[in-house]
Amino acid sequence: MQTVKMVVTGPFSAGKTEFIQSVSEIDVVSTERKISSSGERTVKESTTVAMDFGRITVDDDLVLYLFGTPGQKRFDFMWEILSEGMLGFIVMVDSTRPETYREARSILETFRAYAPTPYVVAANKQDKEDAWEIEDMRHALRLDPKVKLLPCIATDRDSVKKVLLELLYSILTEMENGKR
Amino acid sequence: MALRGNLRDITFTQILNLINLAKKTGTLVVEGPGETAQVSFREGKLAYAQVEKEESRLAVILNKNKKLSANQYRAIVQHGSNISDKELGLMLINAGYISKDDILLSLQQHCMDIAHRMFTWVEGFFRFENDMLPPDNRINVRLDLENLIIEGSRQLREWEHLQDEIPSLDMSLKFADRPGANLKNINLSVEEWRVVSYINIKNTMHQIAHTTKMNDLEIRRIIFGLLQAGLVEIVRPAGQPVTGSMRSFPTENKEEQKSLVNRLIDRIRSL
Repeated sequence: MQTVKMVVTGPFSAGKTEFIQSVSEIDVVSTERKISSSGERTVKESTTVAMDFGRITVDDDLVLYLFGTPGQKRFDFMWEILSEGMLGFIVMVDSTRPETYREARSILETFRAYAPTPYVVAANKQDKEDAWEIEDMRHALRLDPKVKLLPCIATDRDSVKKVLLELLYSILTEMENGKR
Repeated sequence: MALRGNLRDITFTQILNLINLAKKTGTLVVEGPGETAQVSFREGKLAYAQVEKEESRLAVILNKNKKLSANQYRAIVQHGSNISDKELGLMLINAGYISKDDILLSLQQHCMDIAHRMFTWVEGFFRFENDMLPPDNRINVRLDLENLIIEGSRQLREWEHLQDEIPSLDMSLKFADRPGANLKNINLSVEEWRVVSYINIKNTMHQIAHTTKMNDLEIRRIIFGLLQAGLVEIVRPAGQPVTGSMRSFPTENKEEQKSLVNRLIDRIRSL
């Protein structure tokens, strides 16, 4: 059996666990804990402390694993471990919380430093009224026009599929351009 | 218990706060990045500061602060090398060349400059020597630490912010693909120009910092400004081997790798 993996990262409460849950064929193995900080508890009740783990069986011989990183900075020692051997990564950003954009940018740069793998940025919660426009987010996140910034709704399977496919297309393009 | 440790665990600002609250007398010796500094205190007030290997005699400090003319400085260096700072200070005041305030303000500025530099040291061993006082032949100042501590806290916040923005200095920089931008029309400082002159996909930010003799805070500050202005982008250094001990693909064969990605694409489409 061959296995490959992709990493889903992003700031606290960006929607990483929901993203994996939407496409994983198994219940996501989550290492969630009740949040102790009152500031963070106003955003959500529990959070991922080590990693989320989802699986998509491709065929008899190939399995794709999806790893979600913990979003809180104090668990960032896990990031490098999770990034080892990844095919590519997805940075999830909550479109309705511009206060997290700077952290998302920082996480993106950290993962780029770990490995030269393709990546896409998913602008989550685009269905919400207060979501930022994609192009405004691109400026705020200081993303190069070549970087794929994709609208996303982490709870919607089709939307998640599109993000995963765009990442796979980027991987294929890099292979065809001889970068991998 | 001896006050000693690493700046990684307790910052210079925290140490200053402790010295201030405990009204300590003695000398803090800090082995920073490539240099060692000694900062002396009397009853919780900064009395003197010097960095090893750097000349900190009064004549040098006054010359740096433009309180002495080039000729006066040359004469002192040639003929007054044996006299102490205190004697030199008295001579200069009695000769009417400078005032007592000129001397004290220059020395205070010198001590604060060293302290400001130390705020940017994020790693290094330190120890506080209770019995070690500044050399007798040097003029001491008496600087309250509160303002320094506030300034240090500000710098610490800036440092944390810059670390978030530029987490790794192992990456390189390249000029942004902005056809309209012309560097010649942009006002850059001397330090920014020095950094700009080394921007190349082959040079990591660490290497640029080393070459331009800037510390981590200084290089991050400048690069952050260039990033904000949209002049540069962070990129992976050219020719850097793939890191990580694990391979991304279970096979080395390029065709098999492509087939694997295509199988993944088909599977995701079918979900």
